[in-house]
Formats: sequence, structure tokens, C-alpha cells
Amino acid sequence: MAILDVNIGNLRLKNPVMTASGTFGYGLEFSDFVNLEDLGGIIVKGTTLSPRQGNDYPRMAETPMGMLNCVGLQNKGVDYFAEHIYPQLKDIDTHFIVNVSGSSPDDYAECAARVDTLEKIPAIELNISCPNVKDGGMAFGVTCAGAESVVRAVRERYHKTLIVKLSPNVTDIAEIARAVEAAGADAVSLINTLMGTAVDIERRRRVLSIGTGGLSGPCVKPVALRMVLQVAKAVRIPIVGLGGIMTATDAIEFLMCGATAIEVGTANFIDPAVTIKICNGINEWLDRHGVESVKDIIGVID
Amino acid sequence: MKKCILDLTVSSAEKLHERYVLLRLSHHDKLPEMCPGQFVEVLIDNSPTTFLRRPISICNVDREKNELWLLVAMIGDGTRRLGRLQKGDRLNCVLPLGHGFGAPSCKSRFLLVGGGVGVAPLLFLGAELWSRGCDVTFLLGARTEGDLLLLSEFGRYGRVLLTTEDGSAGERGFVTNHSVLAEEHFDQICSCGPTPMMKAVAHYAREHQTDCEVSLENMMACGLGACLCCVEKTTEGNVCVCKDGPVFNINQLLWLS
Repeated sequence: MAILDVNIGNLRLKNPVMTASGTFGYGLEFSDFVNLEDLGGIIVKGTTLSPRQGNDYPRMAETPMGMLNCVGLQNKGVDYFAEHIYPQLKDIDTHFIVNVSGSSPDDYAECAARVDTLEKIPAIELNISCPNVKDGGMAFGVTCAGAESVVRAVRERYHKTLIVKLSPNVTDIAEIARAVEAAGADAVSLINTLMGTAVDIERRRRVLSIGTGGLSGPCVKPVALRMVLQVAKAVRIPIVGLGGIMTATDAIEFLMCGATAIEVGTANFIDPAVTIKICNGINEWLDRHGVESVKDIIGVID
Repeated sequence: MKKCILDLTVSSAEKLHERYVLLRLSHHDKLPEMCPGQFVEVLIDNSPTTFLRRPISICNVDREKNELWLLVAMIGDGTRRLGRLQKGDRLNCVLPLGHGFGAPSCKSRFLLVGGGVGVAPLLFLGAELWSRGCDVTFLLGARTEGDLLLLSEFGRYGRVLLTTEDGSAGERGFVTNHSVLAEEHFDQICSCGPTPMMKAVAHYAREHQTDCEVSLENMMACGLGACLCCVEKTTEGNVCVCKDGPVFNINQLLWLS
């Protein structure tokens, strides 16, 4: 059994396998398939200060080796989370991390401040990269100034581990990563989905209700790996890698490219038990190669 | 009901028509408990264009033979691959998913209205109702006679009335044109099929003050209420068809407002 624990800032994960926001519900939806306490962390649905209904149906289009979605941050708001969901999670022995989104820096900061009061939530993932909302979301994540403004506002009011989720829909992801590091982020996670579209030729229109959506699944993995490598060279804070991870091999690729931990997203839809298989697979690989700790393979590729 | 991931074995794959196949699936252990209206997410192997699982209604459960039936319409690459499965092949399934038809109170007369491949869950429902001693009438519609599926199976559990658009079997027209609707009264209607058909059935039910449940088939990804892709607008806002449905009472939906 290899040593699997890793650190994201002050946060110690029992292993590097987490779940990506919006793909694993609040974890409870998967508890028939996965012992949640075996996961390094669970990043719950995008949460906003006020409830949001999200975008109209259709919100999904299947693509070769992936899918597009334009859910648009449907959630019942942070207060509902604190009152109704958090009590169901707080005694489960893994790290629940809340993915926080908003439409202005103040909005993000207020939502983060409310999550800060929840004792058993040790970290947030700040979503400045959602491609599916008009107000805010990705708008902040595609410029250094925008990203910095949100991270600074949140940093002032949020005192635990702050992970900032970056958009791949930018010219230079490394400069955004540097900007959020300078603004006080403890870690970055990447990549969020790649903006795309799908066409229905019979109806002569686009498939998704808002026209575009975010692409995820194994088709985005090469892009994600390249960006993790780029960001690893640009910042000193830890990186959480995600984008198309389906297997332990994929996860190890991200670790070798410089990710300290990884998130499994769309793969949960194909195999609801995949996270545990990935975790076991990493351990087996390390044992097979005589590597004592997962930390020994992080960033070994340049 | 606990959900599980099982490798089921095809015990038979019966082509019902060039476009439909009835898969009977078995398992070495006892199949989990399932309710009419619930569905299965099946994994399609080796299809470059089929990334996501395919949600398929549970068509019937033969508890004696420990078999689960899936009625598949071969439409795209994924479902055509299901149509090529043969006896002995394995099919990876996540099941049982969703919220099925309401537990029937001892109402006397049920009308189950199905169209096309949407008849599938009504067989399981009809079988359950029949076993509880309910009076079941199936009203099944299709484009043409060849698209009417599993009629002898339906006939085991109740009266079967038919409509076809071309008049090749039963009454000509849509299910909602069938004369039985004007002539008889039912206590509960359950429907599954194309959305325009279910909306017409819902209107009929509302006009006749009959309780009515419909089964939706919005496009899904996860099947577990995690991805929020398959939402339907309801009186309680957007809800997941995969988890809060696929069966809804028409009063929950915004179809009639």
C-alpha cells in the first residue's frame, strides 16, 4: 500500500482523488456505489448566494467521447445548502468542498463568507470559469483583472483553503493562474469545460437551449494535460487537475504533469463507481513500480 | 431502493420488427427490487459516437425466471448496437433508477395509454396491477400495425385496444381519438409515449377529472440526479426527470397551464 495522502495548501487529502463539481451531486446520490469516505474529497454542486433555476432544457448534447452541457448553475442557494444539505454531509469522513459561483465580486465574497461559517467545510473551489451563465461566471475568469478582483474580494472574507477553478477558454491560462496566485489563492484547479456547440441538422438549429455549452469528457484530456503542464511552470501553489479523467492511467498522467490532486467529473456518469477504481488503480501502479508515495510522481514530467 | 451496477447476461434477443428488439436479461444472483416506471442505464460498448449510457425503461420483470426485459427501439448507433446483442452477451446496467408509477390505491379501473416504444413500461405496470386485482385496459397506438409491439403479452394482463394512424389495426387515428374514451370512465390513467401524445392524454384526463401519471423521457446523462441535464419545469421549478421522475402526476407539470 503506497502513501496516498497529499496536501492542497493546509488541506490534507487522504488520497488525490476528488470529484468534480456538478458531476457527483452532493455525494449522497452516489452512496450506493461508492463509500464516500474512501475519496480524497467531494466538490459539491456550484452554489450561489441566491437560488438559481439554471437554463432551459435541452442542457446536454452528447459528442464523440464527451458531452456538452449548459446547466447554468441550477442550485437552491447557499443558505439552503447550509440548512438542508450540510447537516447530511458533516459527519461523513471526507472533505466536502463547496464550489462557489456568483455574478459580482461582492456576490462571490458573500457566498464564500457564508460557507466559511460551516465548520466541516474546509475549502471552497471558486468557479470563475462557468461558460453557461450570462452574468459573471466565466466573464471573470478570462481576464487577469477580472480573476484577480474576484479572488481578492473572496480572500478578504474567506479564511480557509481557497481553490480557484480556471477556464481553458483563454489565450494564456498561465497568466490567469499567476494573477489568482498573486491575489491570494491557495491552489488552482483546471480545466473547467471548453466552450462548444452542437447542431441538429434536421431542425436546422443548435441543440442546446442557450446555443453553446461546456465540453467535457475524455475528448478534452489532451488540452487539460497541456494546460496543467503550462500552469505548473507558472505558479508555486498546488494544482488540482481535471478534464476527461476516466481511468487511473489518466489520473497518473495529470499527477506527472504537475497536479497534486485530481478531480473525476464526466466519468461518474459512465461508471458511478469509477472514483474508487481510479483511487485503487493509482495505488496499484505505485506499488507495482515500487514508488513509496504518490507525492513522488507529482510533476515529474516537464 | 438500493441502486447497483450489474453485468447482466442476455438470455434472449428477440427481433420484434426490423426496428425493435426485446432483450431478456438475467443475472446469477436475484435481481434487485424494481418498480414499474423505473429505468435502467445501459452501457454501450465500442461505439465511438455513443459516450453516455442509454436510459431504457424496464419493460417487465419475470421474477420466476429472474429476468429483466428491455424493449429497445433501434434509432441511433447506440441502440442499433443493442439490437445486435446475442444470447450470452453481457450488458452492463445501472439499476433500478428513477421514481416509478405511484403505488396504486385499490382503484377499480386503470387505463394505460402507450404510443410507439413508449408502451414498454406499461407492460410491467399492467402486470403489477393485474396481480393486485385491478381492472386494466391498455390503449396502445402506433403509426402502423407493424409498430404495435408485444400485443400478446399485454393481452395476458388486461383488455387491449388499438389505434394506428393508417388504420391497419384497431381504430384509425391517434390514441386520444379512440371511441373508448368517450364511452367509458376510468379512475386512473397512466401514459408513456411521444410527448404530444402524453400532452393530449393529459388534457383528456384533466377534462374528465381523472388522475393521470405520465412518464417523460428527457435526454439524460447521469441518471442519478447529479448532472441536472434532464430537467423538466414543474410546479416546484426545474427538477430532474431521472431522479424525481421519470413518472410525474400531470398536476406537477406545467403542460396544462
